[in-house]
Parts: sequence; C-alpha cells; structure tokens
Amino acid sequence: MDFNDTPEEAAFRKEVRAWLEANATRKSDDKQSFRARNDDPNLLEKAKAWQAKKAAAGYARITWPKEYGGRGGTPILQVIYQQEESSYLVPLGFFDIGLGMCIPTMMAYATPEQLTRYVKPALYGEEVWCQLFSEPAAGSDVAGIRTRAERDGNDWVINGQKVWTSGAHYSDYGIIITRTDPSVPKHQGLTMFFLSMKTPGVEVRPIKQMSGGANFNEVFFTNVRIPDSQRLGKVGEGWKAALTTLMNERLAVGLPSGGLDVDELMELARDTELEDGPAIRNQQVRGKLAEWYVQQQGLRFTRYRTLTALSKGQTPGPESSIIKIVAASKMQDMGALAMELMGPAGIMKEEVPNAAGFQAQWIAAAGFRIAGGTDEILRNIVAERVLGLPQDVRVDKDVPFNKLK
Amino acid sequence: MNFDFSDDQKLLKEQVRKFLADKCPTKVVRRVLDGNETHADEVWKGLVELGVPATTIPEAYGGLGLSPLELCVIAEEVGRAAAPVPFDSSVVLATEALKLAGTEAQKVKWLPLLASGEATGTVAVAEGPEPPRPRNTRTTFGGGRLNGKKVPVIDGEAASFAIVLANTGGQGERAVSLVLVDLEQAGVSRRRVETVDPARKHAELVFNDAAAELLGAEGEGWRTLERLYDTAAVYLAFAQVGGAEAAMWMARDYALQRQAFGRQIGSYQAIKHKLADCYVKLELARSNAYYGAMMLTDDGADLPLAAAAARIAATDAYDFAAKENIQTHGGIGFTWEADTQFHYRRSRVLALGLGGPMAWKDKLVTRLEQKNVT
Repeated sequence: MDFNDTPEEAAFRKEVRAWLEANATRKSDDKQSFRARNDDPNLLEKAKAWQAKKAAAGYARITWPKEYGGRGGTPILQVIYQQEESSYLVPLGFFDIGLGMCIPTMMAYATPEQLTRYVKPALYGEEVWCQLFSEPAAGSDVAGIRTRAERDGNDWVINGQKVWTSGAHYSDYGIIITRTDPSVPKHQGLTMFFLSMKTPGVEVRPIKQMSGGANFNEVFFTNVRIPDSQRLGKVGEGWKAALTTLMNERLAVGLPSGGLDVDELMELARDTELEDGPAIRNQQVRGKLAEWYVQQQGLRFTRYRTLTALSKGQTPGPESSIIKIVAASKMQDMGALAMELMGPAGIMKEEVPNAAGFQAQWIAAAGFRIAGGTDEILRNIVAERVLGLPQDVRVDKDVPFNKLK
Repeated sequence: MNFDFSDDQKLLKEQVRKFLADKCPTKVVRRVLDGNETHADEVWKGLVELGVPATTIPEAYGGLGLSPLELCVIAEEVGRAAAPVPFDSSVVLATEALKLAGTEAQKVKWLPLLASGEATGTVAVAEGPEPPRPRNTRTTFGGGRLNGKKVPVIDGEAASFAIVLANTGGQGERAVSLVLVDLEQAGVSRRRVETVDPARKHAELVFNDAAAELLGAEGEGWRTLERLYDTAAVYLAFAQVGGAEAAMWMARDYALQRQAFGRQIGSYQAIKHKLADCYVKLELARSNAYYGAMMLTDDGADLPLAAAAARIAATDAYDFAAKENIQTHGGIGFTWEADTQFHYRRSRVLALGLGGPMAWKDKLVTRLEQKNVT
C-alpha cells in the first residue's frame, strides 16, 4: 500500500506541473479560489481564455480520443491533471457540464459533420453548453418532464419550461429532453435534441438562490423551432440518451473537497470561550469534532480507493456513491455548530469573522444536499444498485403519460 | 496510487473466507453460545493449520513473518463469521504485546508456542465496572509476585498466559506496568463470567502471589498499552468491518424475502434508506481501516490518529448494522433461533474491549491537537 504514482503517472504529473508553473499562478494557500479573489464581471472571459490555453496544450479533456482534441489518456491522468491544477489560481467551472455531459452525448448520437462543427469550439471554451433536463414538475423524477416537442414537417416545435439549468444565462448551446409522445408511458415518449440558446423563443431567467447567488435559471420555450437534424437518437428514445448523459457525469474524484473543514473548526473551537473554558475542552464539541474528522478521513480514503482502481485500469467499485451523502450533511452540521459557538451572535453576518465562512457553508449546504441528486434519491441509488433492493412500486410505470393524474 | 491490498492478500482473504464459511457457519457460533466449550476448537485448529496465529510472528520465532496487511484481511473474515475463536485475545493482543515489549527470552519462550497454536494468550486490564486507568488499577506486582483480580478477561479460561496491567508503585501514568504471568500455576484461579456474548467466553482471573515477570520496563505499562491498543484497534476495525458487512447483507437478504402489505419490505424506502446508511457507514469504516493498515506497515507516524479514526468508524458501522439487522427482521429477529443476535452481541464485545467510542473520540481530538501543535 502506498500513495505513490506509477512511473508513467509521475512523468505525466511532472509534465503537467511544469506546464502549469509556466502558464498559471500558484495559489498562496489551498483555500484560495479564483472566484473569491476575482468577483469580476469578466470571469467568464478569463475562464474561456484559460480553457483555450489548456485545450491547445492538450490538457482540456485527457480521456477524449485524439481526433476530438483529447489525448486518449486514462481517467487517472485526467485526475492527476485536476489535482495539479487545483493548486493554481485559475478560473474553472464553466465547461464541466458541456464537456462532461453534453458533448459526450453528442459524440454518441450526432453526425460526423456536427461533431466537426461543435466539439472543438466547446473544448476550447469558445462555446459553452448547458443541460436542459429538470422541470418544475420533474426533479428527482426527471422522466416526468412535460416540455413538448411536436413535429412540423422537417422541424420540431418546442413549448414548455425547464428549471435549475446551471449556466443557461451564459450558454451558447444546450441539450434538451422533450416529450414527443404523451400517449405512451412516461419513459417511452421522450426525445433528445440540441439547440442554440439564441434560437428565437428561448428565454432565460436567472433564479436567485437562498445563498444570494444566481448560478442557475429558468428557461422558457415558446414555439421554438428547430430542424430534425438536431435530434439526438431516435424519436421516443430520449430516455436512453439521457442515461448516456447522466453516466458521463464528470469525474468528481480526486478533486479536493475545499472549503472550511475540521482543521478550521478546531481552530475556531480553540479560540472561542464558552462559559467553562475554551470550546475545544467541551466534551460535546470534542465528540462532534472526532466524528467529522472520521468522516473527512473516510471520504478522503474512499476517493483514494477509487483512484487506485483507476490507476490500475479497473472499474472503480460503488464506494464513491457515499461521498455526497456524507459530505453535504457534514458541511451543514459543521456550519451549524460553528455558529453556535458564537452564541446568539452566531446569526450575525458582521462581527463574526471567524464563523462567517462556516455560516456561508451552512447556507450553501442546504442546496448541496439537493443538487445533483437529493440525499433521498442517492440513498435509493445505493439501495438499488449496490444492495440490489427492489425499486419502489411505480404506479405510473405502465400508464400513458397523458392519463396520469 | 496503490491504496488496496495485493492480489496475494486478496487470495489469502478468500481462502480464509471459504474455510470459515465451510467450517464456521452460524450453527457453530450457536453451539458455543449455547454450550460450555470455551471456543470452537475445531475451527481454531483449522485456523492454526492455515497459519493464522503465525501470520505476523517473525520467522526467527517460528512464525510466517508476513506483514500486518495479511493479518488485516484475516481479521475481516474472522469478524464476518463472528468466529468463536481466540483471535482478538491471542492472535492480536497477546502476540502484539509480546512483539512490542517482550524481552528476547519472553519472545523465544512464547512466540513459537503462539505460532504453532500450542499456546494462546490474552491481555487482562479491566478490574470490574469502570474504565481502566492507572489510578484505579489495584492489582499489584512486586518481588516477582502478582496479586489482585482482573475481570472481564477475554478467553481467560483457556489462555496459557496473560499480560496483566498491574500497579508497580510509581506516580501517575507511571504507576502501572505490564506483567507476564503463566496462568497454569497454583497462584492463579479462574472463573467463567457471564457476558452479553456467550459465544466469546470471558473469565475472572484472581492472582494470589502468582509468579510473574515484567513485560517491558517498569512504569511503562500505560504507554505500552496505548501503543498496543492502537495496533489492536486497526485489526479489530477490520473484524468490525467484516461483521458489519455480514449483518448488512443478512438484513438485505431478509428484506428481499419478507413480504408485507403486498410487497417485499426491501422496496420500502424506510428499509432501503436504513440499509443504505449501513453501507455508507461501512465504506467510511473500510476506508479508515485501510489507512490504519497502511500505518501498521510504514513507519506508522500517523498510526495514533489513523487507529482512532478506524476504531471510531468501525465501531459505529458494526453497532449500526448489527442493531438495524435485528430491526429489519422484526419479531423473528429477536428470537433465540435467529442468527441476528450473534452480530448484535459481538458488536458490543468488540466496541468495548479496547475502550468505547466516547473515550476514543476524546483521544482522537487530543491527538489532533498534538499534531496541530507540532
């Protein structure tokens, strides 16, 4: 057992480090992030410039085939690049959905001409993509979407509404799942398309989140007309295409978890006086700190197990499915305790400099427990896919969509 | 990144697993639980034949000289089977104590006997119903003689020797020393004590001027014990992981088979989410245990923290899986006939033997504070 790179991995890491050193600025500490430092309106432009540089050097999508601008590399090399990049102050996050989910779906279903047209601009950050799946009435049960696409000659006409669409406000293209046949059960009447977000009839409205930010949007479709050539997969096989998209979720392992964690909470507990001395001497606080440390380490070493499988060229086991379930609640609970240590002032946004970060994480964690699969859906997934337990009884399974209540 | 066991270690694991599945099914656990035997001797003899007690004993002392990783994978399988054998007492605690603090003469005398299965040992620390500390250790050692009472002592009835925490007259933590005592002598009397897990027999040992000798330096007993417990915590974490996994799958199998309100109970989210939580805790425990294993092999600089984390996570995983296994079974799970009780009982034995989760959490934070200072 060791944490060492193989010779091939070590050589690649060295190469990546040298390139990053020559092309980016190293972070002063590992909590520093580009976004926090540069709350500027030109962040997207900077991110696009960085993406172009990365793509030109062959680091933008290491696992993609060379013909698409990748390297034909293994997943572990992709992880190594991300690990190294995380030590540098570079703007990230705008292209993950496009390159991690949308373009791989395009690769599975689009024509060679379309791929020639769209892949390279996406890889170089020239065009940003978003994924138009969730709807107001279809969140966890995403196959219950209602946005209609109706055939009209050689075109399709789309009407409906999507929601929680990350990055729609700066995206150029999107992949969209629509209902093309409401007379069959819900999974069977779906069809996938891609479209320009500038197509007439597409309207994007940002959603202000509880945290104050606005990273995602509502997207309205009013008589949006697109040609049949923008269909991905067969008519009625949109669910299959959607599963392709979801299976291509970006490789989250190997990314640092970031944010305030046990070290920072211990520091806070050392510096905070409770009625009977420093909070770090309080047995309840100590018990909680120990539990979170055990979770933090458990997540870290669970990632290492997954990386080991990747490094050996094996398919990782299901162990990484626990990560978000544990991390989101841990973040929420740690934030709540940090605030409690401040006494009644824990609710204030000023004068609590030491707890402010935890306060922000406490707010953000409420969304983290929902985004990308709720705690409850993730537990269902573990129960069904890992433990082999049956799906819930689905009363809508064999009922035509338009007969559902 | 190579954070996994080797193919050879996995093969060994499989071999032990098959042996125990064959020779130590739950009816053997039940036989010991219901009966008078100190342990399942035929299972123990089979494990001896497989070389289990010899695993980490150096070849110079008649052992196999394998790495701690081999013993970790074995521990997981022993835990999975809830095997009624002197594994934790002898193969882990007594053997490691001798390796850690024994003199050359003590090692030459006992390690070959442990390796060959001719002897088993145990460690005797507690003296009744309070967590053992240097200040409440009343058993005394002086002039080569041991006096006092230790209870409960795991496998104390059958063990050939015990390593005993005794007061040797110093101050504070230095008040206690470890003492090696041959249990087959007139100055030792043994009595079985009833516990919540009759499949692992415990005893009360009374020493009345028993001949004994120091194991390690005088006054070093508490420090050596802490070090020993760190090592043991990792091995036992693997046993707990094995037990937790067995309990989880037992619950899952029942949830597939049992019908209520017209469908399998495993299709209800109340059951699914409970078992998903078992899996989450299990994987956190496994990952922490792996790191503990790694710290047993390296220079082990991070062993104190790794061991504490492994122990806390594995205790939590096994406790949870064992109790929710019974809960998933409903009424049938509470009967004497059901196999669910074995893990419930064993999980408490393993949780408390080296000190419970509250104590280890406090210890973990103390160690974190020390690490952050240095």
